Amino acid sequence: MDNNTVAVRLEHITKRFGAVIANNDVTMEIRRGEILAILGENGSGKTTLMNMISGIYFPDEGKVYVNGKEVSIRSPRDAIDMGIGMIHQHFKLVDVLTAAENIVLGLPGKLNLKQAAKRIREICDAYGFDVDPNQKIYTMSVSQKQTVEIIKVLYRGADILILDEPTAVLTPQEADKLFAVLRNMRRDGKAIVIITHKLAEVQAISDRVVTLRRGEYVGEEQTSRVTPQEMTDMMVGHKVQLNIERPDPVSPKPRIEVKNLTVVSGDGVVQLDHVSFTANSGEILGVAGISGSGQKELLEAIAGLQAATEGSITYIDDDGTREELIGKDPLEIADMGVALSFVPEDRLGMGLVGDMGLTDNMMLRSYRQGAGPFTDRSAPRQVAQNVVEELEVKTPSLETPVRRLSGGNVQKVLVGREITSAPKVLLTAYAVRGLDINASYTIYDLINRQKAQGVAVIYVGEDLDVLLALSDRILVLCGGKVSGIVPGRGADKQQVGLMMTQMGGDAHAQPADGEDTGA
Amino acid sequence: MPSPQTAKTQAREPLFHITKRVLVPRFTGLKVRLIAIVLAMAVCALLTTILTGENPLSIFQSIFSGSFGTVRKTWSTIRDVAILLIISVAVTPAFRMRFWNVGGDGQALAGCLAAAACMITLRDVMPSWAIMICMTVASIAAGALWGFLPAFFKAKWGTNETLFTLMMNYIATQLVAFFCVVWENPKGSGQIGIINQRTQIGWLPVIGESKYHLFSIIVAVVVCLAMYFYLNYHKHGFELTVVGESERTAHYVGIKVDRVIMRTMLLSGAVCGLTGLLLVGSVNHTLTTTLVDGRGFTAVMVAWLAHFNPLWMVLTSFLLVLLDRGASEIATNFALNESFSDILTGVILFFIIGSEFFIRYEIHFRHHPGKEAAEHV
Repeated sequence: MDNNTVAVRLEHITKRFGAVIANNDVTMEIRRGEILAILGENGSGKTTLMNMISGIYFPDEGKVYVNGKEVSIRSPRDAIDMGIGMIHQHFKLVDVLTAAENIVLGLPGKLNLKQAAKRIREICDAYGFDVDPNQKIYTMSVSQKQTVEIIKVLYRGADILILDEPTAVLTPQEADKLFAVLRNMRRDGKAIVIITHKLAEVQAISDRVVTLRRGEYVGEEQTSRVTPQEMTDMMVGHKVQLNIERPDPVSPKPRIEVKNLTVVSGDGVVQLDHVSFTANSGEILGVAGISGSGQKELLEAIAGLQAATEGSITYIDDDGTREELIGKDPLEIADMGVALSFVPEDRLGMGLVGDMGLTDNMMLRSYRQGAGPFTDRSAPRQVAQNVVEELEVKTPSLETPVRRLSGGNVQKVLVGREITSAPKVLLTAYAVRGLDINASYTIYDLINRQKAQGVAVIYVGEDLDVLLALSDRILVLCGGKVSGIVPGRGADKQQVGLMMTQMGGDAHAQPADGEDTGA
Repeated sequence: MPSPQTAKTQAREPLFHITKRVLVPRFTGLKVRLIAIVLAMAVCALLTTILTGENPLSIFQSIFSGSFGTVRKTWSTIRDVAILLIISVAVTPAFRMRFWNVGGDGQALAGCLAAAACMITLRDVMPSWAIMICMTVASIAAGALWGFLPAFFKAKWGTNETLFTLMMNYIATQLVAFFCVVWENPKGSGQIGIINQRTQIGWLPVIGESKYHLFSIIVAVVVCLAMYFYLNYHKHGFELTVVGESERTAHYVGIKVDRVIMRTMLLSGAVCGLTGLLLVGSVNHTLTTTLVDGRGFTAVMVAWLAHFNPLWMVLTSFLLVLLDRGASEIATNFALNESFSDILTGVILFFIIGSEFFIRYEIHFRHHPGKEAAEHV
């Protein structure tokens, strides 16, 4: 009945986190009886935008209208009162309670589990969910947990549902089941939003697609009227000319040979699936992929921090001696000249100690040197001094805890330390994450200097433009598999973008992972 | 509909919000703590006057005289500070590693038991100096064992160290209770009494007059300084700090986290065991289940308030001993129930611990609510 009436309207929404603009002047609508896909690369502001509707963040500027009335959504409770429910990527369930208990948790009124179970069954019947209200959460599969999360928001009367990358944790069969349920809800007149970066998914389920890029609204279109190529164009934008130097590699020789590397995480998810490639000395191998495609596992496996399930990683020295890295501990691998600078999302999670100063952080790599039982801080202090001068790190002193430095400076400290160890192989991930232009260029410059000295650089990046401008070759990962390896010179951004979202990058090829690409 | 250009959120900003201080100015910490102590004193004075009608100043006088009233009192205050200091220093490496060792009591008591066992079972077979060596080795080993077990289980199977160390306390207490009966003296009393009172076999050396307890004080000072250098300048100290700050970083730079956890708890337990040696061999010359008297728990507070810096612990352990002694002095002087002194200690600790919140976090109040509202009209 209320098909296609506007449920939520956002006007000129802007959200900043410190100096970073997460969303800039976004205007869009969510309509009833429609499945809307919000498409965008990592860090394009999809989740931030939806979090503002569901009461987790509050916009700095702009207006939110729900059912035509201007509202201010200050908390998730406000959101649910307005009928907005969000299903997050990470489930928020109490493991030892049953589905029904989780669903009624926090609701006012008397606890009546029997009645609750009855209503839950009604909801299940109405939309085709399959869940037992009395089953404990810890005995459930990921997909069942997700179902509980969805029922939870429906139980609270939500008729605007936002799902953040709902299929990321599902098998293709489970995803199909979820889609069927979403279609039932659409038929019932609910407004549904899915946040995603999978093109196949957009085509399979959505009616309309809104694309965000770098926090800004790029455009929207009826899904049936766009091709995957057009969507990729909107998502990645046109190639930007960057002035990043790319000197020709000097006598590249194979340095790291990865063969059939497979990594299965503790909960049985395949993170890397028979990945094979060679990294050469004096060359930058870029690694492109949507976040969570196995980049982290790949670098950690090489550095000895991640156990491999299958395959081999061979280190080839200048004189041709080959050594297997799998099975060696991180210290041995580091001693062979493999340096890893991984900038995680929280920046300090790995590699640096936030409460220690620059000197002590430099000492992390070198404190074992020296015969005596006591640490010698003079050499690390010198290294810290050099890094501060060369990379223009802004810090009050060498003893200031790195936690207090700005993100860019923290990254310079990390990358600077790894480079100081004069590595043979430099693994770097997200080295310029959150940095301003100047700081980024300092880092590119550093990496290029390493390349000129014959270091084999493996550069995992988020920004395709940079990857295309910096890398000699680009390895594209898609869902833990190698989607292809392309030369960096003359690589086509759209092509690489497609390869990131679909195996092989061919829009007309067999759909990846058995997903339904038809539309 | 308002024009998009003037679109601005009409958020009602909450009355206040709390943010973590990124940088704590040097004097903020000092200022906040001073205010906290002054406030605590004021509340104590007020409470005492209201409940007892006494002059609030006399309360503070009692606190002071309870600790420094006589020469003897002064020295035993210093001795108590020394014992509390050494056990606080003992739990510190574990805490720096974020290993929540609340088993200081049990580890010290295990040391007490080992020391007493040597004094009693070896008194007829060895000369006193040999017994002292045995006592030292045995009590340190016993404390280390008590510390090592929870660390081993944590490192190998990820057990919860807080529960584990806590339960090890009860095992130690029960063992001591058992041996108190085995070695009871006189028969039937269920108590050990003063061990080797006549022969003084196994009594640790006395420096100067016995009432000064100089031996324990010197050991405490040495241990405190040694621990300071170990934590800040030794490679092990560096490793355990890294493990505490970020296990992933430790793993990343090739530190064997399991090994560091076990090694650190061996040390932590060993120093606790040493405390046990002092309690039995130097201070009390007896063994009871309450010999450690909860110092293992007080030590947690001492270490925490000193931000895990052994040198600051001299101050914080002094503060806690002062409070404890002062509070019981008040109770006696004004013929009040013991509970009253607990209330006062509680009030003071509440303020001191509470002040940490204001040092770490900053509270921003809503500014100019009227003005902003006017802008939106």
